[in-house]
Amino acid sequence: MAGAVCISVRGLVTRFGAKVIHDGLDLDVESGEILGLVGGSGTGKSVLMRTIIGLNRPAAGRITVFGRDMLRASPTERQALRQRWGVLFQDGALFSSLTVAENIEVPLKEWGGLPADLMDELAASKIALVGLPPDAGAKFPSELSGGMRKRAGLARALALDPEILFLDEPTAGLDPIAAATFDQLIRSLRDSLGLTVVMVTHDLDSLAAICDRIAVLVDQRMVVGTMPALPRHGHPWIQAYFHGPRGRAARNEPATVGA
Amino acid sequence: MAPAPDHAVWFETTQDGDRWELRLGGAWTVTHIGAVDQAMRALHPAGATRARIDLGDVQALDTAGAWLVYRTRKALLGIGIETGLVGTTAAQTTLIEAIAKTDAPGPVAPPRPNALIAVLARMGAALEAALEEGRNLLGFLGVIVVTLGRTVRQPSRLRLTALVANMEQTGLNAIPIVSLISFLIGVVLAYQGVVQLRQFGAEIFTVNLVGVSVLREVGILLTAIVVAGRSGSAFTAQIGTMKINQEVDALQTLGLDVIEVLVLPRLLALVLTLPLLVFVADIMGLFGGALLTILLIDLSIPQYLKQLQEALTAWTFGVGMIKAPVFAFLIGMVGCYKGLKVSGSAESVGRLTTQSVVESIFLVIVFDAAFSILFSYIGV
Repeated sequence: MAGAVCISVRGLVTRFGAKVIHDGLDLDVESGEILGLVGGSGTGKSVLMRTIIGLNRPAAGRITVFGRDMLRASPTERQALRQRWGVLFQDGALFSSLTVAENIEVPLKEWGGLPADLMDELAASKIALVGLPPDAGAKFPSELSGGMRKRAGLARALALDPEILFLDEPTAGLDPIAAATFDQLIRSLRDSLGLTVVMVTHDLDSLAAICDRIAVLVDQRMVVGTMPALPRHGHPWIQAYFHGPRGRAARNEPATVGA
Repeated sequence: MAPAPDHAVWFETTQDGDRWELRLGGAWTVTHIGAVDQAMRALHPAGATRARIDLGDVQALDTAGAWLVYRTRKALLGIGIETGLVGTTAAQTTLIEAIAKTDAPGPVAPPRPNALIAVLARMGAALEAALEEGRNLLGFLGVIVVTLGRTVRQPSRLRLTALVANMEQTGLNAIPIVSLISFLIGVVLAYQGVVQLRQFGAEIFTVNLVGVSVLREVGILLTAIVVAGRSGSAFTAQIGTMKINQEVDALQTLGLDVIEVLVLPRLLALVLTLPLLVFVADIMGLFGGALLTILLIDLSIPQYLKQLQEALTAWTFGVGMIKAPVFAFLIGMVGCYKGLKVSGSAESVGRLTTQSVVESIFLVIVFDAAFSILFSYIGV
């Protein structure tokens, strides 16, 4: 499944004022994998994602996506790259004045140059693809539940058939059943559409269920490994994360009674 | 469509008796398929009973292209032509199968009612909303009066720190902008007065014009409008944000009275400081008027003051000042009421802040008209 490196981050430094968020961070994302990005609150997981997609300019470092240097690319090149990824923000970030179907048609209108009836067909197809009922297309975001908004946001992120999908806490705020179905949806989309998925998450169950590799942000840098291997890493935060009661449960390890 | 291999996306058809073949080639992706969509829809193999869709020359296929392939095949099957796909890679087959599962068309936008009915319905809803708003504001006034009564009996319940902080924000900090605006309006009024009254040789009455209009109407109205835009909106935004962050809920669960903690300090601050601001506005307006009159019609300062003294009575000043606390109460009440009405999203903070400013200015002007009638009735 995994193949060539499609995103490569080298020596990334991000600062907010005097506060250093990332200090010489390296990360490689391989084509076709689902990479989970974890770390304590405030360690800059979302900031890293925003930096890769160009919403935040780092102080130093190199970010290469599909072999192009993002920070030195011309505006046209960057625009072309933006069409090759889709982003799902935490609460979907749907445009509140448009219906779900119209939301999905926004990128199609902007970049596709398609006839209106074909756009309607494609929007309906994307709505079904993310598992929403057909009548959801005519609804406004305010009429949807949190889980449905995330699915609608995912449908919009998929509108232009991206090769990389960035997800910011896709299962946060969902009940465990909805979260598990969302996980399965991500995996089936990866399998059928050949996507590369980078997801920021706190959800240990998601990590265990669908992530091929896990990148942990500790001490302003990345530690990358797999679900079986990472718990053996010596860093205290990683130890606490994977060997805490929730970490054990997610890895199907019996909790030590009384511990 | 004729085969055109140099195109980004193309298809060609061949027919051999009852066998029909559709060959696709190029990049069948969302950015390209717009060019062939209409032509694909129009395909109609007359006399064929069996068909093949050959994807052998397709270089790229995404969900949008797969949808077009699926749709074409479905249409052919629909008119009784047995259709198969050939030349697909394993990945393309998976993709087309995945897309076939998403064939569930639904509406894009909610149904729109008849335009005339929609307009009537909107008018009705707006009227109902306005009436309900009036009733709610009256109810809110009642709650404020009750809380105010309790505070008068137990003055220790008054949040003094919040009151003083609000007085600073709504009063002291508004002095520069209120002064500047009144000064400029005084200048403008005097200039217009001199130019018009000069035609009758009565330019000396510019002093009366500026003096009376600034003290009775302009000073108070301008100040009230500036304060509604500055402080009324701030009240709505502050309380509205607290509402969204559930801070208001937290206050209630901790047993604190929301009106007492959030509304009264703001309202009282405004009622106490607006008259002072109006006084500043009056002085600055008169000063602006005086400056221009003295410059334009060669009046000495003592002559100006004498003329002003003849033009004004204590009531001219009193009429403006009496209105100040009333307007302050209106602005504060509407601002706080709208803030407490915020619910749901950040977007509603913005909407209600706008409403708060518009409604408080509207009420100020309605009450100003009512005051005019009252004062002319009692003859001051």
